[in-house]
Amino acid sequence: MELLYFAWVRERMGRASERIAPPPEVVTVADLIAWLRARGAVEDAALADASRLRAAVDQVFVGLDAPIAGAREIALFPPVTGG
Amino acid sequence: MIRVLLPTAPIDVAAELAALEAGGAGAVASFTGLVRRDDGVEALELEHYPGATDAALLKLAEAAAARWSLLAVTVVHRVGRMLPGERIVFVAAAARHRAAALEACAYLIDRLKTDAPFWKREETAEGARWVEARATDDHAARRWE
Repeated sequence: MELLYFAWVRERMGRASERIAPPPEVVTVADLIAWLRARGAVEDAALADASRLRAAVDQVFVGLDAPIAGAREIALFPPVTGG
Repeated sequence: MIRVLLPTAPIDVAAELAALEAGGAGAVASFTGLVRRDDGVEALELEHYPGATDAALLKLAEAAAARWSLLAVTVVHRVGRMLPGERIVFVAAAARHRAAALEACAYLIDRLKTDAPFWKREETAEGARWVEARATDDHAARRWE
């Protein structure tokens, strides 16, 4: 699946997107965040505060408890500040 | 008629209003948001989520059109870099009467702030900073539920 990062999440991760293939035990967005954090110090620091992270699965806003099975595109980003 | 735009160039409010007024409505209401000239902000960079942003704004416009039986809705949000005093967002509603047009405008801007994937980055003399989301925006959006 394709993973996208926006705003300071993108800056702290040091990349705007990447292709990933998480193992089957990664069920929810929160699981995905934990799996990403375990991959390295950059990821661990960038995604440390889950209360400041929001997500979209296939371009629909979801809670961090949402399942990711079958998703083509997942985005992680801070709370939105448009308008 | 629903019109959603994400321009990188300045928003032409006069042209947008003229288009809405040509549609035979009895009332056209609009809201224009500007880049504030405060806190030493020299420029504002607007990042968004291409594809998802368009879909979110379209969904918002369609919801407003259905809820207030609008004749037309326009939502324009600028993206990219802009300067203090420039227009960042414009929402407008055309209806048969004023109450629907005015309420729909308030709904559109309140919900846009929480439902569309935009992020503001302010540039100041000391460097750049990402704008933090405000709890008051969440409260304003929730009053329409």
